[in-house]
Amino acid sequence: MVNTKVMLCGIELDNPVIPASGTFGFGYEFAELYDINCLGTFSFKGTTKDPRFGNPTPRIAECESGMINSVGLQNPGVEAVIAEELPKLKKCFSKPVMANVSGFSVEDYAYTCEKLDGQEQIGWLEVNVSCPNVHGGGMSFGTSPEAAAQVTKAVKAVTKKPVIIKLSPNVTDIVSIAKACEDSGADGISLINTLLGMRIDLKTRKPVVANKMGGFSGAAIKPVALRMVYQVSEAVRIPVVGMGGVSNAEDVIEMIMAGATAVEVGAANLVDPFACRDIVENLPKVMEKYGINNLNEIKGCAHNG
Amino acid sequence: MFRGIYKIVSNKPLTKDVFEMILSGDTSAITAPGQFINIKLDGFYLRRPISICDYDNNTVTILYKVVGGGTEAMSRLESGAELDILCGLGNGFDVSKSGEKPVLIGGGVGVPPLYNLCKKLIESGKKVTVILGFNTASEIFYKEKFESLGAEVYVSTVDGSSGVKGFVTDVLKDIEYDYFFTCGPMPMFRAIEKIASSSGQYSFEERMGCGFGACMGCSCKTKYGNKRICRDGPVLEREEIIW
Repeated sequence: MVNTKVMLCGIELDNPVIPASGTFGFGYEFAELYDINCLGTFSFKGTTKDPRFGNPTPRIAECESGMINSVGLQNPGVEAVIAEELPKLKKCFSKPVMANVSGFSVEDYAYTCEKLDGQEQIGWLEVNVSCPNVHGGGMSFGTSPEAAAQVTKAVKAVTKKPVIIKLSPNVTDIVSIAKACEDSGADGISLINTLLGMRIDLKTRKPVVANKMGGFSGAAIKPVALRMVYQVSEAVRIPVVGMGGVSNAEDVIEMIMAGATAVEVGAANLVDPFACRDIVENLPKVMEKYGINNLNEIKGCAHNG
Repeated sequence: MFRGIYKIVSNKPLTKDVFEMILSGDTSAITAPGQFINIKLDGFYLRRPISICDYDNNTVTILYKVVGGGTEAMSRLESGAELDILCGLGNGFDVSKSGEKPVLIGGGVGVPPLYNLCKKLIESGKKVTVILGFNTASEIFYKEKFESLGAEVYVSTVDGSSGVKGFVTDVLKDIEYDYFFTCGPMPMFRAIEKIASSSGQYSFEERMGCGFGACMGCSCKTKYGNKRICRDGPVLEREEIIW
């Protein structure tokens, strides 16, 4: 019997599989399809201080082995998340959930995190400094070590929960940003958010998504994600949550070999709503196939030799 | 929603670029006319959402227009091939709100979901009028099928090559009805909205990511709050739509 348990910032997960923010709503849509307690945890829809409708449609464009989205952080705002979404979630998910937070100023981040800090259901705060789809916010905090450090410090000051900073790949040196977060007290790093991308419609001669650009995700970005997880996990001591193009149990193991402690699954949920359940079910079989008894024994093994 | 493997029973062209595909498989998740299925195709990352034209206990019929690489690939699939499908998505038309004399208005490839709707309304004793709008006579499909259900069918063509010359609204303005159901392109919707004399339901089309409410890719604002076309729609009531 293989052991799929992993420890993420002091909280044990039954397995490392975590549906990524923005692909799993607040869980209950998926709970209609299967028992989501089989997951390690999941990261809920990116939450901001105020409610947001998000960007104009079309927000979605298909790509080779992937997709572009420019949803733009549509969410009901932190008050409604606490009053409405979390109670609904409680009925179908008994494990600690990961709260994903976004903002447009350092104060925004601190405000939202402080509100969520009081919620027992929440195990971790995943602070998104990497959304490519909103102007004047999100990613602008994740593209410089100084700004990322500022957000990290502000959030750490208002919560006792573990803080995981979610980083953007749209930078020249992701390692320096990860280190700045670690130095500012971050308990973990998650990466990568989507790559800024574009598609153009040959008939209309215009970009497919209304916002012109959007976040590129899906199987196509896995090699970039693996490389960045490898680089960051080599440079920091805090746990790294790997994501980017993960679609099956083999991909989960590959991410862990690159140095990830746990693994998020994003776009795959949108293609197949049962993707994460299937990954959780298949993981032990794939571990056995590759002679892995315990995921901790392979964490970062690609760095050896 | 049900995820399953469906077998193609037949896949044949009705016009130059509109195809009819009949699939066999589990249809238990279909609860209303106007719902859709989401089809996984080899070589394409996202699924193709296609409205359900008709269904029974073990088959689903879809009509689709070849508009890009995905639907082109679909048109080349042969009987016996198997497809991974999410079935019974979206809310569908609410037939309980229909009056005694509903009119169904379809524009082009918006016609298909009205077929099973027409069947359901006639079964429940309604006197159904159908208006089918096309660009030209060679694009017309399913006219006889609607007639054989017992509906009174009008056709409009933009070039006048069949039926009334003009648009569906050129028919609508002269007929009697107490409720409407419609599916088609946005310009047609706007024209209907201007002249419709009753309450009704519109079935919308939007680029979707997942098709089941997770990604927020197809959100729209309504008078009753934000809705997702894929899950809270594709059918919206006239009273809630913000034009």
